Amino acid sequence: MSTLAVHDHGVVHHEEGHEHHHKATFLNTYVFSQDHKMIAKQFLVTGIIMAFIAMTLSLLFRIQLAYPDKSFPILETLLGHFAPGGRISPDFYMSLVTIHGTIMVFFVLTAGLSGTFANLLIPLQIGARDMASPFVNMLSYWLFLVASIIMLSSFMVEKGPASGGWTIYPPLSALPKAMPGSGMGMTLWLISMTLFIASQLMGGINYISTVLNMRTKGMDLWKMPLTVWALFLTAVLGVLSFPVLVAGVVLLIFDRSFGTSFYLSDIVLAGQVQPYEGGSPILFQHLFWFLGHPEVYIVIMPAMGLSSEVLSVNSRKPIFGYHAMVYSLIGISVLSFIVWGHHMFVTGMNPFLGGVFMITTLIIAVPSAVKTFNWLATLWRGNIRFTPAMLFAIGMVSFFISGGLTGIFLGNAALDINLHDTYFVIAHFHLVMGSAAIFGMLAGVYHWFPKMFRRMMDERLGYLHFWLTFIGAYLVFFPMHFMGLDGVPRRYYAFTEFESMKRWLTVNVFITWAAIMAGIAQLAFAFNFVHSIFWGKKTVQNPWNANTLEWTAPIEHVHGNWIGEIPTVYRWPYDYSKPGHDEDFIPQNVPFSQTMSSNLPHDFEDNPGGLEEYTKWTSTQKANEAVK
Amino acid sequence: MGFKHLINSKKTLSLLAAFVLLGTNQLMAQAAPAAADTAAADKSAMWTGVAYYVLLFLVASFCVAILGKILRVFDLTQKMQGKKGINWSSVMGVCCAIFLVVGMYGAYWSLTVQGSMSLPEAASAHGGAIDNMFTTTTILTLIVFVVTQILLFGFAFVYRGSDKRKAYFLPHNNTIEKIWTIVPAVVLTILVVFGFFTWQKVENSTEQKGDLNIDVTGHQFAWELRYPGADGKLGPLNFRLTTPANKLGVDFKDRSSFDDLSADTLVLPVHQSVRLNIHAQDVIHSVYMPHFRLQQNAVPGLPTFFKFVPTITTAEMKRKTDNPNFEYLLYCNKICGGAHYNMQKVVRVVSQAEYQEWISKQKPYLSDQLKKELHLADARPAGQVKAASNRLALNN
Repeated sequence: MSTLAVHDHGVVHHEEGHEHHHKATFLNTYVFSQDHKMIAKQFLVTGIIMAFIAMTLSLLFRIQLAYPDKSFPILETLLGHFAPGGRISPDFYMSLVTIHGTIMVFFVLTAGLSGTFANLLIPLQIGARDMASPFVNMLSYWLFLVASIIMLSSFMVEKGPASGGWTIYPPLSALPKAMPGSGMGMTLWLISMTLFIASQLMGGINYISTVLNMRTKGMDLWKMPLTVWALFLTAVLGVLSFPVLVAGVVLLIFDRSFGTSFYLSDIVLAGQVQPYEGGSPILFQHLFWFLGHPEVYIVIMPAMGLSSEVLSVNSRKPIFGYHAMVYSLIGISVLSFIVWGHHMFVTGMNPFLGGVFMITTLIIAVPSAVKTFNWLATLWRGNIRFTPAMLFAIGMVSFFISGGLTGIFLGNAALDINLHDTYFVIAHFHLVMGSAAIFGMLAGVYHWFPKMFRRMMDERLGYLHFWLTFIGAYLVFFPMHFMGLDGVPRRYYAFTEFESMKRWLTVNVFITWAAIMAGIAQLAFAFNFVHSIFWGKKTVQNPWNANTLEWTAPIEHVHGNWIGEIPTVYRWPYDYSKPGHDEDFIPQNVPFSQTMSSNLPHDFEDNPGGLEEYTKWTSTQKANEAVK
Repeated sequence: MGFKHLINSKKTLSLLAAFVLLGTNQLMAQAAPAAADTAAADKSAMWTGVAYYVLLFLVASFCVAILGKILRVFDLTQKMQGKKGINWSSVMGVCCAIFLVVGMYGAYWSLTVQGSMSLPEAASAHGGAIDNMFTTTTILTLIVFVVTQILLFGFAFVYRGSDKRKAYFLPHNNTIEKIWTIVPAVVLTILVVFGFFTWQKVENSTEQKGDLNIDVTGHQFAWELRYPGADGKLGPLNFRLTTPANKLGVDFKDRSSFDDLSADTLVLPVHQSVRLNIHAQDVIHSVYMPHFRLQQNAVPGLPTFFKFVPTITTAEMKRKTDNPNFEYLLYCNKICGGAHYNMQKVVRVVSQAEYQEWISKQKPYLSDQLKKELHLADARPAGQVKAASNRLALNN
């Protein structure tokens, strides 16, 4: 039994390790583990598997787009009646697009990213033994896994998975006969998403309560690493927005199954008048995007936090403007709830409302710009160490700039009239929340791999992985902007039906091969990841010379994170290359009394006694210098 | 050491031999489709192509692996001689610089070559304002894009790691923070104000006398068009009245419905204010006419409209684009089912005289079959009904 102690700042935490926990068996260590570190690994591995599945789906539809008139017999062998004659059917094409988007947005970039790093880093970086509720935390993973299995199982149903786009707008999703993917596949999509949201809520509530209640002594909010800030605010966004989608989904299930008309009115399907009146499909869009837009930030904010940490550690510099970075995150979080209407500029919503949403949407670019400039300032005059994690973090910033800037076009209602639902939109969000978020996640994987698996990943394979993926992603998404500017709509099965779009066929072939190259590069990552887990070089306790608390925990994992007392925090996490200090890093648990030569007056802002001591020490030093 | 082990490895040599053999087969196979008949070549060509390129990639990967091993050997040799090994930080810093130069050139190339494939000038009165807005936004964002990418990769190169140097401790600078908060805020305010007024101008146009009202109705997977007859008014719709003959559910209790016309092509008179009344019958569709900078969703149960003035005729646009086959098109831009990708309609902008001639030839919506269905008093063949003289009465 561990004992509990209440510190003077009111934070409750364990005084001793959990060495005396229940006996470790294979099942409770690797399968039904309640240890946040193991749950993090479970989220990561599941997320990576889902990412590979989603990537394969995207390569399938990219092949269709590049070679719309060609036959690939192997596709019929693999996909059966979904690819008759070796060509993907138009309906199944829609399914591929839908499930690719769903998996990437929710199962990889939401659960895979937040689930992994919130679980791994929140307790370790704030100095907690585990999550506030380890059992609920475990349940959140298992619900996620079940949701993933159900989503994938929709490929087994006769008419295929959901095919109404990842936004599943009704009436397409509400009328089971509207298209093949509106039937059982859509039902499975809805069940899967309901479980997924339950999982996210369990995780989110845990992350929030852990951050608010379980910080170690000295870890006040302004000493938290940006990773924790980002993951905390992400959890807040999720807890506030996901329930709205659940409400929307439940009403959709009612419309599909119980004859209600929340989203349906004036429907004539295949010439038959349907008995629906009084509802509005636009209501669903409001509910969906009330989650959908914060979701963009649920995806990108953890990547921002991870990249901030990696950039600072590997530039050997403090993150520039820590407070501004936190305020930007808070600003983005608040604003993200009042911009959803920009997804609906052309739905027929009141134009005045469109104008209001345009203003709020463009305002959100200000905190985003602050973050970008602060990252650049962090690199300025740094001593940059190019680990693969650092390269991915730089890549994240590059994609965030490129994709973020095109968001200014789409946030402008007048321009959105022509760009809405074209390839310009695909290019924009794949850069800003696809590539940037994936790169943030990969930066996190490379950086915290030693913490998770006690071994190092191979750097040279990491470099190869980075450059092929980075160049590949730009080659894939950059040309898409111009397709969008030519009015090429997204989600078209074949462009050969349009004389004007045929000229983009060569570009489509180029994009597809670039995507294949980037896809194959992921094999280098997969090999590196699996190989390094078992045969990678063993790590030392703090391989990157970082300041945050997770690197003070023992290499060997213990349930409870630290043997004995949890370290006390004395300083912020970004004391890198501090003048007067011999080494270029000072961990958060090193008291100011041990680093007198590098202390600054503002280090003692909340500690007048310390300032007095520091002043005495300085005058003594000056006196000694004078004697010399 | 590692390299020696690699080249002595039987597995590696076997793999290399297999690659060479397979590669030879694949390369030789390139000639086969050319000799075969066209249809057969079309089917097999992809296989040869894919396998060929996959093989090329594998060979490239193998070369990269060999290069990696050579670098490893070089690195170890240097270390054994007491020298420093490869400084990967420096190598990566240089790679960043190369990427910056090549990437910027690539972006420029893409902008000029692929950018020139974008839409021609707007063919509607409001489109000019949108294009101006687009140009302003493009200039501003391109400046930020170029400057920030240069700084990002430039810093990565210039400040690449060195043991001799310590990074500069700079936790914050409030003045700089203020500048790069205020400047983007001002720029975005300009864009917001400019955009807000452009948006209001485009969207806040209500129906006025003289507008040509046209109904565009989407259903899986086609567009139906309805023009007003001589009275200039379109009859009301009621989805419950939809039948095979009355595909749009036009309500004939209202006399303004009687002279409505149906058409296969969306023909618009140039310089005339047009109001598209947009409907959907089953799922959401979207009327997208990119040349006119026009897009509006077609939502079941929620009629929408878009008002615009076409300014360039199809014939003029053929000359401007130097493309004799040019046609304006109306696409469906909202996912609506399997054949969504081919839900197109030709749009033709013509002179007023051409329009009058064309409209006089259009068929009345009230077909003979529909008259029978509605038990109308006059059930003459459709061709004999003059749009200008509707004298029909409802029997029921």
